[in-house]
Amino acid sequence: MSYSDYDPACLPDLLPLYYRRLFPFSQYYRWLNYGGVQKNYFQNREFSFTLKDDIYVRYQSFSTQNELEKEMQKMNPYKIDIGAVYSHRPNQHNTVKSGSFQALEKELVFDIDMTDYDDVRTCCSAADICSKCWTLMTIAIHILDRALREDFGFQHLLWVYSGRRGVHCWVCDEAARKLSAAGRSAVAEYLSLVKGGEETVKKVVLTDPIHPFISASLEVVEKYFLEYAVQEQDILGRKECVDKVLALVPEDILFFLKSQGTVKKGQHFEKEIMLQYCYPRLDVNVSKGVNHLLKSPFSVHPKTGDYALNEQKGELLRKSGKFSFFKLKHFFFFFFSFC
Amino acid sequence: MEISLLHRKLGTNPQSELYVQPLQFYGEPPLENISLAEFETFAVERLKLLKTVENLGVSYVKHGSQYKLKMDNELRLLHFPYRPDTKRRKDHISHFILRLAYCQTEDLRRWFIQQEVDLFRYRFTDLPPQQKIKVHLYCWKTFLQLSDKEKNELSDKLLMSSYSVSGVTVEKLEFYKVPFQDALDLVRSRKVYLKAGFAFVPQQDIVTIVLNDFRTRLSKALALTARSLPAVHSDERLHPLLNHLSHAYLGQDYSIQKNVGKISLEQIDSLSGKSFPLCMRQLHQALRENHHLRHGGRMQYGLFLKGIGISLEQALQFWRSEFIRGKVDADKFDKAYAYGIRHMYGKEGKRADYTPYSCMKVILSNPPSQGDHHGCPFRHSDPELLKQKLQFYKVSPSSITQILELVKGMHFQLACQKYFEVTHNVEDSSFSLSHPNQYFIESQKVLGGGKDPKREVDVPQKVQETPQHLAETSEDLEMDLQSLAVNWLYVAQLSYLPLV
Repeated sequence: MSYSDYDPACLPDLLPLYYRRLFPFSQYYRWLNYGGVQKNYFQNREFSFTLKDDIYVRYQSFSTQNELEKEMQKMNPYKIDIGAVYSHRPNQHNTVKSGSFQALEKELVFDIDMTDYDDVRTCCSAADICSKCWTLMTIAIHILDRALREDFGFQHLLWVYSGRRGVHCWVCDEAARKLSAAGRSAVAEYLSLVKGGEETVKKVVLTDPIHPFISASLEVVEKYFLEYAVQEQDILGRKECVDKVLALVPEDILFFLKSQGTVKKGQHFEKEIMLQYCYPRLDVNVSKGVNHLLKSPFSVHPKTGDYALNEQKGELLRKSGKFSFFKLKHFFFFFFSFC
Repeated sequence: MEISLLHRKLGTNPQSELYVQPLQFYGEPPLENISLAEFETFAVERLKLLKTVENLGVSYVKHGSQYKLKMDNELRLLHFPYRPDTKRRKDHISHFILRLAYCQTEDLRRWFIQQEVDLFRYRFTDLPPQQKIKVHLYCWKTFLQLSDKEKNELSDKLLMSSYSVSGVTVEKLEFYKVPFQDALDLVRSRKVYLKAGFAFVPQQDIVTIVLNDFRTRLSKALALTARSLPAVHSDERLHPLLNHLSHAYLGQDYSIQKNVGKISLEQIDSLSGKSFPLCMRQLHQALRENHHLRHGGRMQYGLFLKGIGISLEQALQFWRSEFIRGKVDADKFDKAYAYGIRHMYGKEGKRADYTPYSCMKVILSNPPSQGDHHGCPFRHSDPELLKQKLQFYKVSPSSITQILELVKGMHFQLACQKYFEVTHNVEDSSFSLSHPNQYFIESQKVLGGGKDPKREVDVPQKVQETPQHLAETSEDLEMDLQSLAVNWLYVAQLSYLPLV
């Protein structure tokens, strides 16, 4: 049975089963309750559901794990988002004096979306992904995981496949949850190297001195670059691809290279090219807001039938046959066909 | 100087101690009676000062020598010199009045904080060293000085982390270990070495920590003030004055829709070539080509269209018909995108009527990334691409050179004005460009027969009301302002008490 047999129309039948048999309610509650140390932490958490026919409901909140289970089994949401922990119960926010209802804390989150790499991948575009471009996610996870742990001192990171075309990272440390909006945007900008819209050709510019963060990230990229970019993505295979690469090299260097074949000191264009092709592209807006809603782990993606699933640093997914994400789709579908 | 300490229960220091610190952190509100004339004069003058800070920041390299010269000059002209004397009182009071006006929306807050931080930084860098240290000690919370041993262990990392450090040996410099949350500006621009959640700040970058602290405090204070706003707004005498402050002296914000429905959707294509500024022309073209725009582009362009008079119904039709040509079907549009458009027109959510973006906002916030077409082309496009685009739009080579020179000098709005002059065949644009909708209006004027713009005509309804209101009989005015001054204390107390 191939995964292309998944039909979104069968969701209404499969979802109730999923919420009764598979969804890990007790672990989910344990996570979001954070040991019950802070009063009402779970009770003041906002959830949002997307129901059948794209009906979207915000400000859902629950008193206990049981209430959460019952409600989800009753409503069978197509999609679940997790929001912030507020000053009051979200489902009572209308009764609170205007201005008093505030988002207080939330995990620090990152969203890496494969479509943001469309200008540098040749195998797929838009929502498609394959094992060739999945390396980008592996690289992204390695770089960000190292930086979040070693530079920022965070320890409790949850990496999740988003269900369709990318990964999310949930940083659950107390310091992360208490971080202000300014703090979140500062962290996201520290981690951003690829900048510029459609009107910018050269998206990575390095100047001396090269910050230790960039050097550490380059080490990761260099490990994968030859195999990924030259072999799998074949960036030197066709003229238009070669032209794209050459567009990133400064003109005087090109001239220099043609005439003498050596590189001027102080220029970093080789590093810049590698980074432009491989360095993680975050959506800063997802990370910035304390009240930003993000798809929950274990939420089914309505279009693919995959669920946002925990993964060990992408390597497992890519290399180990058992956990390849394509096989995951099989597993999910296979399981249901037997229920 | 009159001082009345009516509200001891707030637990504030006597006035004399307030000005002991070399620099104001504006921690405590003023607690005195001030005269009526002073109330409005102070507010208006500080507004002019902050506007100046903003303009200088865009026209000159911030904190460079030219910038400093100009700032000195302007401060003197506006009577805001900064020495421990009576003028600090004006600085103190005017800051707090403006807080009331600028805490109201996210945009106003962001603007106010940015200018106050720049002003603070300018003043701080001017202080002699001992005074700087005094300020450090005032705001520093947790910090550790690195020992020589620690410095040596990390020396190559430290050297590579900041331009201000490289080229010098670590032995000669002091480094301070600060939690990264206290050094956000350095973290954001990656100008400091981070390890295990700590930033290792060299002594010359300590100013950034101080600024970070100032910014955080001000941000918290504004949020607190905003929560007390309903009480402040219920006072009808303060309300028009505060609105007047936040609108009138910043110029038009094009939020009041004039000429709604006068433009038909069929005209937009030709208007985009004739009267749209380059940023909106670019967005319109991208929309037509791709049948889609991402969120940043939809906001910037959608609000601009609202500003030129496109009604909500027209907007829904416009976006819908374009998106349907692409990958979005009618159903999906209604579910996913229509909400956003209605939101822009203040019909959803918290019903805030969003204002079209000014040039400042387009240039400074939300830079475009992969797949985006928004932003300011003079600021965000590669010069090569910009040149090609201008050539495509048949701008003469000499004009292109002039425009690129302006871009190089970071005079983006002047570059846009030059573009205006060239495309409309006028010698001198006769207006100072600060808003895309302003560009549109001026363009329509030129194309409509070259009538001279009558500024008063363009002033929106709200602001027209207030000058009249204030120009009532002088007796009424006296009484109004009398009670305002008395209420100042009431307001101050309200705004700065923490929420229960």
